[in-house]
Amino acid sequence: MSAKEGARLPGTKLSAKEMYSLLGLVESSPQAKYEFSAGPTISRFLQGLKEGKILGRRCPRCGRIYVPPRDYCEYCHVALTDWVEVPDTGTVQTAVVSYISVRRERLEKPEVVGVIKLDVPGYKEGSYEFAGLFHRLCIDPEEAKKDSTIGMKVKARWKPAEQRTGSILDIECFEPVR
Amino acid sequence: MVSNLFVKDRVAIVGAGITTFMRRALETPRELAWEAARQALDQAGLTLRDIDCVVIGSAPDTFDGVHMKGEYLADGSGALNKPMTRVYVGGGTGVFVPVSAWWHAASGLCRTVLAVAEEKMSPAHPHPQYVFRYIWDPIIHRPLEPNLIWIFAMEMRRYMAKCGAKKEDIALVSVKNKRNALDNPAAQVAANITVDDVLKSELLVWPVNELDISPVTDGAAALVITNENTARQVTDSPVWIDGIGFTLDNQHWENRELAFPRYLNYAARMAYRMAGIERPWKEIDVAEPYDPFDYKELHHIEGLMLARPCEAWKLLKEGYFERDGELPTSPSGGLLGVGNPIAAAGLMKVAELFWQLRYEAGKRQVKKPVHKAVANAWGDLMQAGTVIVLSN
Repeated sequence: MSAKEGARLPGTKLSAKEMYSLLGLVESSPQAKYEFSAGPTISRFLQGLKEGKILGRRCPRCGRIYVPPRDYCEYCHVALTDWVEVPDTGTVQTAVVSYISVRRERLEKPEVVGVIKLDVPGYKEGSYEFAGLFHRLCIDPEEAKKDSTIGMKVKARWKPAEQRTGSILDIECFEPVR
Repeated sequence: MVSNLFVKDRVAIVGAGITTFMRRALETPRELAWEAARQALDQAGLTLRDIDCVVIGSAPDTFDGVHMKGEYLADGSGALNKPMTRVYVGGGTGVFVPVSAWWHAASGLCRTVLAVAEEKMSPAHPHPQYVFRYIWDPIIHRPLEPNLIWIFAMEMRRYMAKCGAKKEDIALVSVKNKRNALDNPAAQVAANITVDDVLKSELLVWPVNELDISPVTDGAAALVITNENTARQVTDSPVWIDGIGFTLDNQHWENRELAFPRYLNYAARMAYRMAGIERPWKEIDVAEPYDPFDYKELHHIEGLMLARPCEAWKLLKEGYFERDGELPTSPSGGLLGVGNPIAAAGLMKVAELFWQLRYEAGKRQVKKPVHKAVANAWGDLMQAGTVIVLSN
């Protein structure tokens, strides 16, 4: 293309109208269903959520505490054996306001989500890695856009015990500690 | 070239091809792959008979809606009855294709390799966004019904907060790249826009507006990659692959500092070490950082060590990365301007550097003399980095 300045490149653009009027348009959707197992470690983590606890796992070699927990240390590649209950409080690392759904439709009510760095020892101050969760934030969208949201102290808002099912959704969201 | 101990041969790019990037292509994926491959062979002055091995790159099968796309694309890509490999690291695939072709040739396994990348995003309806639903962890992420733009918005916000960049500073990337694309015959969304246009476009996931994002695109790109001996036989101006790098961080991005792309930095260090580059910010003349989002070009400029962490947005404002600036980035127009057929977009960036280093980029040719260039691509869930360093 480069050598022939102005030469037309291959490929034929279609408008939506042309696309639907041409022969050979086929519509199909995959018909596959899955059943996922959580694995031994995340199963235990989910059991903890059902009991209103956030569980992490400590590496016996480097001392990192993993939340979400892992079966093995990613860096030392040794088995993680110790379970620890960690605080359900932390600070907001990043927060965004979604105006679209998972299917890219407009949402009636915008949703705030982000990453929460949990108050967990085992990592150096300002370290690249930390224990944390990705979750909803119960912060007003307009407030979420303020600079002060980053670094804000938050705490998990748990569903009532009888409504918990052993899911990440047993935490409704993280709300500001006021 | 300062190479790894076990690398047998120098490797060069001797031809490149690209299709028009567009929203709905009449051609099928394998036809697009063929069009790009044919052009690359033509530019190299070779035919399929001269090709020893074929490397195919394509991102998730789900976009084209054809499972096992490597097999599907094989004949169009010229792989019939030849050793064929498909490589895949999500969006990082486009640069992983020439990386893989490099090791095919450098090892001595093949003298000539045809490297082809194809993506057709428009078949997924009503929007390819929905397909991204299936890349998340099914147990701890998917119940929150994440939209793909969330994770990029989260990175962008973190970058803004940590580096003190404003939305209007970041939007300048989109303005620059869409303008650069005006000179690119392959471009889908070239335009003269202003920062204001970006800020006023549809708000999707604050802080991301529609014009911060590359479009839905169909397209293909291809390269002919050979060992030194063959390169010298077929051309007077081969473009050498001096270094390659690729790394994968873990998928738990909720456990990482999102303001800096570590996955890329490690890959870049690997590629620069192989290329004998010690001070990339001084030695690199032109770059094609991967820019599916505007902040991502800045993120990647820093990961590639072309600017200090948190400094790229400041240099951008000074015009440092313009086509006639100190260090032109995305002179092609990038994904934001040319379009984003995922795997093909990454390979388009390498093709652009090939043309830049041969002074064949026409109106897009950067002002300064060019000797060394770098491109990168990024993929999977904010974790895969692929890098290639070229010279003439």
